[in-house]
Amino acid sequence: MSRTRFHEALDGLRQELVAMGGMAERAVELAVRAYTERDLSLCREVFSGEVVINSTERRLDEVVLDLLAMQQPMAVDLRLILAISKCIADLERVGDQAVNIAECVEQLLGLPEFESPADLPEMASLARMMLRRALNAFVDADAAEAQAVLLLDDELDAMNDHAYTAVAAAKAAEPAFTQNLLNFLIIARNFERIGDHATNIAEDVIFWVRGADVRHHATSNE
Amino acid sequence: MTAGGIRVERLNAWFGDKQALRDISINIEGYHTTAIIGPSGCGKSTFVRCLNRMHEVNPMARATGRVFIGNTDIYENGTTPVEVRRRVGMVFQKPNPFPTMSIYDNVAAGLKLNGWERGRRLGDAVEQALRRAALWDEVKDDLKKKSGASLSGGQQQRLCIARALAVEPEVLLMDEPASALDPMATAKIEDLLFELKQSVTVVIVTHNMQQAARVAEFTGFFLMGALIEFDRTEQMFTKPRDKRTEDYVTGRFG
Repeated sequence: MSRTRFHEALDGLRQELVAMGGMAERAVELAVRAYTERDLSLCREVFSGEVVINSTERRLDEVVLDLLAMQQPMAVDLRLILAISKCIADLERVGDQAVNIAECVEQLLGLPEFESPADLPEMASLARMMLRRALNAFVDADAAEAQAVLLLDDELDAMNDHAYTAVAAAKAAEPAFTQNLLNFLIIARNFERIGDHATNIAEDVIFWVRGADVRHHATSNE
Repeated sequence: MTAGGIRVERLNAWFGDKQALRDISINIEGYHTTAIIGPSGCGKSTFVRCLNRMHEVNPMARATGRVFIGNTDIYENGTTPVEVRRRVGMVFQKPNPFPTMSIYDNVAAGLKLNGWERGRRLGDAVEQALRRAALWDEVKDDLKKKSGASLSGGQQQRLCIARALAVEPEVLLMDEPASALDPMATAKIEDLLFELKQSVTVVIVTHNMQQAARVAEFTGFFLMGALIEFDRTEQMFTKPRDKRTEDYVTGRFG
């Protein structure tokens, strides 16, 4: 493969990752709608979508492995391939989290209705916004935008803590709805995890674009 | 400067009217391996040939600037090329053993040419050089029976390394030492480089960036006679600071 064709292959991989990002976003969107609209058919869409995300993960991992083995990429190309490799894993996990949420919704639909004491739609909207902005940062190679995503994670973590407190209090007051409350807690936890994966993707964008490791609050701008 | 290091100050070199090196200043760390990379014609071979005054062998060639090996400015009046080349050995792309000489004589030749002191045992020095070049075990039974030219390409190259090491230079310059060798022979040379830097400063010119990445702690990138970037190898190949380095190492060049 010539260097030109290698760079075309790398661009192709980048576009495929963006497409996989779209699938993960769609899965989260469906899971959120399944919850707000109490719609079992949307849960099923999440489950079938996960199969596609998983097979995409395997296929893109293979492309990454081939390019690393055959092309020995250097510098910005090497950073991009590593970033893509890690983003693939994060997006696959986001797909799993959408499934976890949909499974909770499935259970909730079999239980008597009970309103969540945690503001799950608010968490959903922040988690989705983080994921969208991290993916946009990847598309635009925009490290500043990625940096902005990192700042949102604390907010989502705080919401998750708040959800825990609210659920605990509700369980004490309404023990009959413990099943519902546990599901709310798991859903909140999964939104928080989606935010973590968006954060990882944003960190990978910064590593790719700037060559800087900003994980775990490292401040190196080297 | 660190022990065994090379300090180059404002080195310029010409072939006739054509300037081959432009104002190169660099500190090469002693007892480490430094790779010089860059496209054909960028001046990398000229650069290393200036480090042991091989450049001036060409009658059209001249150089200005200062090159310190240890504390000696090798271009200073009173320093002779012969003296410099004893301290700074060189190995070329194509192995060039003396074809009619035995393996033993090939290594001994370097010693004899450089004023071997009588009384020391030549055989010990030859053995030591062959051991350092990781060739001893393969040739010890045929030392005086076989000619240098009868060896395989990779063995010939290690023989040339042994010949260069015999006079115990402080610096070993290698100009594409493995580009004519197969992967196994290349791997042996690369392993050897790891051992050698315990006792000698190595500067290696290579077209093969993966080779530079494997063997060198430091890498310099040359372009059109100028040193564009010089840094630790991992920095050069993961996050170079200069766009031109990045374009070269990622193959976006030209």
